[in-house]
Amino acid sequence: MNAPIELINVVIDGVALQVPKGTLVIRAAEQIGIQIPRFCDHPLLAPVANCRACLVEIEGQPKPQPSCATTLAEGMVVKTQYTSVLADEAQQGVMEFLLINHPLDCPVCDKGGECPLQNQAMTNGRGETRFDGKKREFEKPINVSAQVLLDRERCVSCARCTRFADEIAGDPMLALLERGAQQQVGISSDEPFDSYFSGNTIQICPVGALTSAKYRFKSRPFDLVSVPTTCEHCASGCSLRTDIRRGQVQRRLAWDDPEVNEEWNCDKGRFAFPYLQEGRLAQPLVRDEDGTQRVASWPEALRIAADGLKKARNAAVLAGGRHTLEDAYALSKFARLALHTNDVDFRARPHSEEEAEFLAAFVAGSELSVTYDMLEKASHVVLLLLEVEDESPMIQLRLRKAVRKNKTQVSVISSHITEGSYKLDAHVVSAKPGEEASALKDINIDADTIVLVGERAASVPGLFSELLKLQKAHGFKLAWVPRRAGERGAVDAGLLPNLLPGGRSVSEAEAVREIAALWKVSESDISSEVGKDFTEIIKAARAGSVDALVITGFDAEDTLDPSGTLEAVYAAGFVVSFEQRPTALTALADVVFPVAAVTEKSGTFVDWEGRPRPFTSAIRDNNAISDARVLSMLADAMDVFIGNGEVIELRREFKQLGAPKNRVAAPNVKGEKSDGVVLSTWPQLIDNGVMQAGEPYLQGTARDVVTRISHELAENLGVEDGDVITVSTSSGSISLPVVIVDAHAEMVWLPTNSADCAVRSLLHVSHGSTVKVRKGRK
Amino acid sequence: MLTPILSAHWDKADSHTLDRYKKHHGYAALKQALKTDPDAIIATIKDSGLRGRGGAGFPTGLKWSFVPQNDGKPHYLVVNADESEPGACKDIPLMLANPHSLVEGVIISSYAIRANHAFIYIRGEVPHAIRRVRNAVKEAYAAGFAGKNILGSGFDLEIVIHAGAGAYICGEETALLDSLEGRRGQPRLKPPFPAVAGLYSSPTVINNAETIANIPYILRNGVEWFRQWGTEKSPGFKLFAVSGHVKRPGIYEAALGTTMRELLEYAGGIRDGHELKFWIPGGSSVPMLIEEHLDLPLTYEDMAAAGTMLGTGTPMVFDETVSVVKAVSRWLAFYKHESCGKCTPCREGTYWITDLLKRLEKGKGMEEDLKKIDDLCKQIAGRSFCALGDAAATPFPGAMRFFEDEIKEAVSTPVDETFNPLASTVFDKVGVK
Repeated sequence: MNAPIELINVVIDGVALQVPKGTLVIRAAEQIGIQIPRFCDHPLLAPVANCRACLVEIEGQPKPQPSCATTLAEGMVVKTQYTSVLADEAQQGVMEFLLINHPLDCPVCDKGGECPLQNQAMTNGRGETRFDGKKREFEKPINVSAQVLLDRERCVSCARCTRFADEIAGDPMLALLERGAQQQVGISSDEPFDSYFSGNTIQICPVGALTSAKYRFKSRPFDLVSVPTTCEHCASGCSLRTDIRRGQVQRRLAWDDPEVNEEWNCDKGRFAFPYLQEGRLAQPLVRDEDGTQRVASWPEALRIAADGLKKARNAAVLAGGRHTLEDAYALSKFARLALHTNDVDFRARPHSEEEAEFLAAFVAGSELSVTYDMLEKASHVVLLLLEVEDESPMIQLRLRKAVRKNKTQVSVISSHITEGSYKLDAHVVSAKPGEEASALKDINIDADTIVLVGERAASVPGLFSELLKLQKAHGFKLAWVPRRAGERGAVDAGLLPNLLPGGRSVSEAEAVREIAALWKVSESDISSEVGKDFTEIIKAARAGSVDALVITGFDAEDTLDPSGTLEAVYAAGFVVSFEQRPTALTALADVVFPVAAVTEKSGTFVDWEGRPRPFTSAIRDNNAISDARVLSMLADAMDVFIGNGEVIELRREFKQLGAPKNRVAAPNVKGEKSDGVVLSTWPQLIDNGVMQAGEPYLQGTARDVVTRISHELAENLGVEDGDVITVSTSSGSISLPVVIVDAHAEMVWLPTNSADCAVRSLLHVSHGSTVKVRKGRK
Repeated sequence: MLTPILSAHWDKADSHTLDRYKKHHGYAALKQALKTDPDAIIATIKDSGLRGRGGAGFPTGLKWSFVPQNDGKPHYLVVNADESEPGACKDIPLMLANPHSLVEGVIISSYAIRANHAFIYIRGEVPHAIRRVRNAVKEAYAAGFAGKNILGSGFDLEIVIHAGAGAYICGEETALLDSLEGRRGQPRLKPPFPAVAGLYSSPTVINNAETIANIPYILRNGVEWFRQWGTEKSPGFKLFAVSGHVKRPGIYEAALGTTMRELLEYAGGIRDGHELKFWIPGGSSVPMLIEEHLDLPLTYEDMAAAGTMLGTGTPMVFDETVSVVKAVSRWLAFYKHESCGKCTPCREGTYWITDLLKRLEKGKGMEEDLKKIDDLCKQIAGRSFCALGDAAATPFPGAMRFFEDEIKEAVSTPVDETFNPLASTVFDKVGVK
């Protein structure tokens, strides 16, 4: 499959070198440390050669050639600005032209100090301008979206932004308009630039033409301290650069990581960070005798929490999927050693026993088996119950690259055709929500296929069973793609009722022995009984059989039955909460510990590939304490030693486990059929999620909140595009305008958690549940 | 020597009709071509030495031979009839007066390059020409010369007339392709060249309308006949469109190698009481010449040797009433207005030079402006994305070559003071003697 790379001999500025055939002059020059100026050139975009800043002399050619678009041939002799007067003069001439209409507002421009135009004007331009005319003027800035602002005067027409939108994101709403010196970036009057990836255009703009409403006039680049971090918003695992000034995050950028996110990220990862610093819990809270919460010192809060948990007969742990691997591991260990229970579950979302078995049998403790790179080179990728554009945007971008460059075939098993699947040129197999398992037969899956299954599969009985059966038969590659950044790590850490850390099964004596040895406790200290899962814990808390809860990293709205979750937490005898910000759940807790946000601690997120994505704390001079450290202190107060909660220590300990020796058997659950219209639902990327709070500009780029139905259903209901329909269950109803799409006849789609469309709070159902649909009022 | 071939029957009131064209052996070449091997037709055109009439003068047969054969992809013929250059006015009269020569040429050329779809891209501002060509195509379909199974040969061809939307840049062949595909007209990066990946990424031949109209005549009369005119490197005849300060401006079809002096004679000479100041062989994008060049043969090679180009072969003639500064300024204003904006040198260079020339026109320039403009032209020429930039960089250095003193004078004296603008017009008495 890997053809040998053909090397050719070339000379650049007198340096002889060998490069792979097809290498661009500008890339080859970089390899020997020669920087040729450039604006339109971007290694991940197709060459256009329109800015002309990179002209070089090529021996035998009378005109200087654009090095960004010229591929090297055997024996080619290239002279850059360092050895050629022609090239140097050409570059200086272009630089002079670029500057004549560029305003001299560098001192107030966001880009000033990190501006390729500023820098290259210094390195490759003339010291003084000869232009004494009137510069072109435009009104500034104008919004191309709620978030992205455009200063047309500053634009050098490199077209990086429009090419990114078209080539990479597949959202060609941004385009160049007009001509000549009036050429400008713009949008159509009826198509907003609501791309999920719009922020990348700001980052790759080589001047200050595109700026973000969020960051505009906030800081100067040289006042920022930049720290490489990992995005906490989903399981894509993007490497980010977090820019800090005076202990506050000013902005986040995509960091270059060719194996994962390349140089891109999504707008949620880029802009949704106010939640990290606004409205945070600062001090521990305890419940007073009069029932109100009051601020307490750490020692007092730890004592009260320890006493309460020690008194409990049956304590359980409920966690969201948002923890770092280290925090999740500390929590898992705390549950087992301090609370002596396997009643622990991170799945504060629709889940099933079948899913837990699948995770134990296939995911937990497994090595990197499917990677972004494999997706890029795959011949066929199947997306099953996974809307990658909303749920794991970097997979969307990588698959789009695969489709465009390598002609990868993408098949999607979904209730309907979406914008995301359209951009992947995907073959869409429409399936009734809840019955997707049977649709697997309609897709040609062979050993070279990669199947990605989303976390929604937990709502489809029999899906995981069928999938593992097929995998055994065909040997295709399979990966589970959860939504939250901490889910994969939580599986590995054993935040599940049936799993100990490292994919060790609680019911396997050998595995329990291994864990006991690692933790230096006796086997009998670790329960070998499969615990209760999230739903069962909620039920038991309500009934009183679980009398203490440790809750952390989720909101009631994340769960399938938000009011039921609140009732259960209210009913539980003693509740300890670890949280960053006050929520409806912290209000019910007896003790609330404020914990560090992702920027205030070190840790690791394990992305969907199973790739560890370690990061260090971006803000150091801060009093925030990580979950693991608080757990360690709490365990101490309970006279239990679980380690010191330091990241290095936790990593070292966890690493000793390695892969599990044995795996539990695959689940064997039969599929189910349903009658009537069923719900298809997933959360949109930009929605009412709590981690997106406080960012109105980001919210301004959210997609319209609509419901989608098939042509058949629309006909039956007598509705047209834009009419309102009402989706209801016994719990409540949601009315939204309808968009008619190619879809399974008996499905209705709702965004899970968008404005006026909180499916779980209002309907108490999830993907695959039967709902009633009727024509609504406008 | 005048050679009325394409223009042989333009004096007839019905010159644009199929009937009239047939009376002049119209579509005889097509019948003959359909019985000939396509490769033989390509060879004939190669042998004839026909060069592109759109300005660049690239050998037509050679261009055709670049199209890969048996590649399984559809091939396209695209006719560039987006004639928009200041001074160029020969394709539009041709389409008005003899549209069938173009249509027949399209059909034969498509057959030769194995294209089943041909597009004629006509400048949008000339609806009268568009109507004529549309009508001619309709007549050709009705007569069985186009459509399915042409004249029982098994060859199918659909001809589409496409009206441009008024951009000079769409005369650049790859910008034309983008425009034809429904995009914004901006030139494409080459390679790939259109012969390999042109319209809809398929092999495409793009030829000027006059070039294509030559094809039926060459095929019918043979290579020898064609080569009786012109030179070894510039064989054949040409529609010379003479405009400006001559008594009878118009189209003069003559052999290549005819001199400007002869063309001036055909056009009745310079208007009474005036004398030639400068002339331009073919469109505003080629450098100007003066009196001393009148006896040079109008061929591709002789014009190149004189430091200019034959271009579209549409000479513009200017008498002594014209300010060369003003003429250059107008041309640059045109290029600034028509620059597509894609590349920096053309976009910003035309903006800047126009600004400086306007200043100069008003007598408000500075001594160093002349050197500056010259420098800026050098910064554009050979460095822009397409030939539009090169074209914009041509007029000023061309004018400096012969009229440096006059241009220097404009630095301090408004040109309207030196040259009464009304004297150049035909509607005012000042210039008419």
